[in-house]
Amino acid sequence: MNFNADSSQHKDENTDITENLYLKVKILCWVMTGPQNLEKKAKHVKATWAQHCNKVSQHCKVLLMSSEENKDFPTVGLKNKEGRDQLYWKTIKAFQYVRDHYLEDEDWFMKADDDTYVILDNLRWLLSKYSPEEPIYFGRRFKPFVKQGYMSRGAGYVLSKQALKRYIDAFKTEKCTHSSSIEDLALGKCMKVMNVEAGDSRDTTGKETFHPFVPEHHLIKSYLPRTFWYWNYNYYPPGQGPGCCSDLAVSFHYADSTTMYELEYLVDHLRAYGYLYRYQPALPENILKEVSQVNKNDDPKVKLENP
Amino acid sequence: MLSEGSSFLKGVMIGSIFYALITVLGHIKIGHGNRMHHHEHHHLQAPNKEEILKISEDERMELSRSFRVYCIILVKPRDVSLWAAVKETWTKHCDKAEFFSSEDVKVFESINMETNDMWLMMKKAYKYAFDKYSDQYNWFFLARPTTFAIIENLKYFLLKKDPSQPFYIGHTIKSGDFEYVSVEGGIVLSVESLKRLNSLLNTSEKCPEQGGMIWKISEDKQLAVCLKYAGVFAENAEDAEGKDVFNTKSVGLFIKEAMTNHPDQVVEGCCSDMAVTFNGLTPNQMHVMMYGVYRLRGFGHTFNDALIFLPPNGSDND
Repeated sequence: MNFNADSSQHKDENTDITENLYLKVKILCWVMTGPQNLEKKAKHVKATWAQHCNKVSQHCKVLLMSSEENKDFPTVGLKNKEGRDQLYWKTIKAFQYVRDHYLEDEDWFMKADDDTYVILDNLRWLLSKYSPEEPIYFGRRFKPFVKQGYMSRGAGYVLSKQALKRYIDAFKTEKCTHSSSIEDLALGKCMKVMNVEAGDSRDTTGKETFHPFVPEHHLIKSYLPRTFWYWNYNYYPPGQGPGCCSDLAVSFHYADSTTMYELEYLVDHLRAYGYLYRYQPALPENILKEVSQVNKNDDPKVKLENP
Repeated sequence: MLSEGSSFLKGVMIGSIFYALITVLGHIKIGHGNRMHHHEHHHLQAPNKEEILKISEDERMELSRSFRVYCIILVKPRDVSLWAAVKETWTKHCDKAEFFSSEDVKVFESINMETNDMWLMMKKAYKYAFDKYSDQYNWFFLARPTTFAIIENLKYFLLKKDPSQPFYIGHTIKSGDFEYVSVEGGIVLSVESLKRLNSLLNTSEKCPEQGGMIWKISEDKQLAVCLKYAGVFAENAEDAEGKDVFNTKSVGLFIKEAMTNHPDQVVEGCCSDMAVTFNGLTPNQMHVMMYGVYRLRGFGHTFNDALIFLPPNGSDND
């Protein structure tokens, strides 16, 4: 049952919010992949969450970054070497490519892995409160090594337009270099040097939105052992059980192919009919005004009773 | 040697004749039932959008409150971890949920059926439910603790279905001519069906004590046999696209199969958006389903639903 098909039958305020956010919050997401992972991993990204983008092409884009160009898949070729120790080189090159080709078209630039599941609607909601001109970036904030913290690689992270500009400029002016192969830490250090703020990506109840693991590992209290590094790395006090994760989660990492499709089904298809969610966050002021302007003349009661 | 051999052969022959006789008799009874009670709707479908639009807003509020679902979960001591998961998750969304166990289990509250036999447990549980609750609840949902159910979707599915009619719904399986609701996908009975079942349960010839004289029939098949005598027939539940809403498999298993069978349409070909049950989950997976169904979503997607359901009191995982 595709409830969104209702929009053609009567003016459906239901899609107004998502459409408004889609047009307002312009995102480019690039996914780190490689030739050996196209069929194993990147394919499933393409089939699931990347579908929620690339519809109105100027406002949302998902790019697959590989060492080799593949026109059919398609992937961008960064012409770098593959390998775990090359991750930061790849990251730098990918951001350079994005800056060169897409800086003017988009406002926010996210990096994800090919085993990261991303919920773009929730990313848009998170970012709608900020301006792309602010030097800020978001992700799962870790506390060690960098005073303001840095963003965990696997859960993905997103830079504002200003943050991206500063990041690329930093390499031109050599304020930042390829200092190590530990991508997230090196990037985090560079962000600090360039005065890009490490943002708080938690929802309005303080629950995390970017997740370094799949839902099961976060939701089940004893899944990650007490001695696991994760508990000491988290910048904010980590929640356990249902408090681990926001209703409006942005990402989950280490999602294998089955999990990608399962998440897609749970997020975008299966729902509890008529259920009034406990967590009902508001839209930011400016979006709210726009949406209500559009619907000023709609009386919901009238709509429902006169099919 | 020869006399032993012929005794053995005699035994085999008698056994085969007996088997054949019972099978034939069984089929005749069932066949007879079919001819007498031919019914139109074998495959129940959820109401479509046009039907929903005809319901006024006041009717919607009243309707939401008018569905009273009593959940029966049949458990055994070995089910404890699933039992705990089920208790902490979906059963909180039943109007009332009670656990019926084969024996008392420490720490877990349950109604002791004092039997290990699943069919006996089921009969006793239905009798208990009828005696105590037939005037307070209008739909009765029975499940094993391997099942995860979304009661809101069940109520949506039951919209416009009159509980004073004999409904017996779920994921059906055909065994030759005989169709029954699989307990693995959950069994839904209207109060009328429960009433009819109950009057039959007191007549032991129609609903036998044990599974069968020579071999045991599973309890869900037994139930179907009984209900048929009362003129209640199994119906498979499907959504407007013809997808099953009661499932005997887990989401994960559906996905894995879809990745093999139709890799270009994995999610689209998987399962209903309005699924009521999935089965074969681990306790951890129940918690993930709870989060996935009642919390995790994409911001901004709101629907004009015909019913409104509030989150239950004293719960933090939904």
